[in-house]
Parts: sequence; structure tokens; C-alpha cells
Amino acid sequence: MPLMSSLYSAALRMTRNPSDAEDLVQETYLRAYRGFGGFEQGTNLKAWLYRILTNTYINIYRAKKRRPEETDLDDVEDLFLYHRLGGLEAATLGRSAEDELMDYFTEAEVKDAIEALPDTFRMAVLLADVEGFSYKEIAEILDIPIGTVMSRLHRGRKALQKRLYEFALDRGLVGTRSAPAAAPPSA
Amino acid sequence: MTGNCNDALRELYEFLDGELTDERKTLIKDHLAGCNPCLEAFDFEAEVRILVSTKCREEAPDALRQRVIDALRDCDPATEPAAEPDA
Repeated sequence: MPLMSSLYSAALRMTRNPSDAEDLVQETYLRAYRGFGGFEQGTNLKAWLYRILTNTYINIYRAKKRRPEETDLDDVEDLFLYHRLGGLEAATLGRSAEDELMDYFTEAEVKDAIEALPDTFRMAVLLADVEGFSYKEIAEILDIPIGTVMSRLHRGRKALQKRLYEFALDRGLVGTRSAPAAAPPSA
Repeated sequence: MTGNCNDALRELYEFLDGELTDERKTLIKDHLAGCNPCLEAFDFEAEVRILVSTKCREEAPDALRQRVIDALRDCDPATEPAAEPDA
């Protein structure tokens, strides 16, 4: 079961709870096993399992929790984090942006930022950025048009950046809200 | 800012996601080769993606693996109602 850790990662981000995540993964495997006759040879097994996972989550866990309907996200400007943290690597010579970002944010913060996204945006970002699915695969997994995948990804990623920036502010890693670190490349 | 910058930035995510046609990809690469501000922005966004994918991994607990193996062993697909993953 080589995919179990991937499925468990996604399940944990969706349910935000290890016990529910384990139940979700088990139910996914059971449904996949029972429904394997519906699996078409040549299609993507991983995408098929994620489709079962997300459907199971939507059907069972989201309904069970009766969370208030999470409708939308605030508008966040493009390149939100870059405009605020993008100049940092220039300030510390010899270090790349990648090293900086990896050092800046803990696993707990990145996970929290993902989990803070409303369901529909969270799933799109997880499937693209963590699991590496293509837009077409995500459209099939979530049963939405590709254009919707793109807009959810776009807005979900920006909201995630905003949350990461709040962590950076909280920890005093960056100065004030009013001093973007990098010159914006766009007007 | 030239129109090229706006064009490139508008397709930033599609570029990083590998979703552009070769023709569009080449146009953006050509632009990035000559435009350092855009190159830095693209690079930064790519690093954010690596951050997210790297720091969001979990290992499935051994107990879960065992649970699933046991549950599948107990589950006879012939006697279970067929699940419809496409439903």
C-alpha cells in the first residue's frame, strides 16, 4: 500500500484530526476494494483513490461536522508573500530564497496555513501543491471544471501566503506591515 | 513595466504547474531570461511551492496499515454492496 502515507497526509489536512484521518483512509481503502470493478484499466490509480478519498470526506466527515458553509475567501493581492519577504535573501548574502523560506516556516505553520483554508480551496491546493496532480486530474477528482480548479488554486495559494505572512509577523521575523521587502515587479 | 511582464505574471501559476503549451512556455522563458524582477518573482513562487510540498508530508502510522489490512481481509467484495466511486 505505497500510497497510504500520501492518502493519510491529505486525510489529516482535510479532517484536521488524526483519528478521523485514520478512519477516512480506512474507509477509502474499503470503498476502493469494493468498487474496484468500476476502476478502468489505464486510468490513474492514484487519482482514482483520491477521488474516493475526497468523496468520502465530503459525504461523511463534512456532513457529520456540520461546519458552517465556508463560502469564500478574502481577496489577496498577487505575489503577496514575495512583495513582503522576497527581498530577504538579498539581505543575507550567500543564501537562496529557498533556504530562507525553508528556515522561516516550520512544518506546523505550513500545515496550519493549509488547514486554515476553506474546504474547497484546501483540497485544490493539496492536490496540486502537495500531491502534484495536473489541473485535468484535479478537475476529475473534484468533479469540477478546469477553470474552477485554476481559480480555486489561485485564490487558495494567495490565502495560504497571507496566513504564512501572519506567522512571520507574529514571530517578529519581518518588520512592519507597511514596508514591503521587495519591489513589486508588477505595477 | 511592459506588457510582457503582465502577460508573464498572469500565467505564472500555469507555468509553474507545467500546464502551458510549449509555445507559451517558450515565450515566458524568453521574457524571464531578460527580466530579472519577473525571474525573481517566479523563483520565489516556485520556492513557496517546494516549501508547501516539503513541509506537509505525513507518515501513515503502522497501526493504521494493520487496521486497513485487517479490514480488507474481513471484507468480501462479493457480499458487500458495490461502492460507486463515481457516484
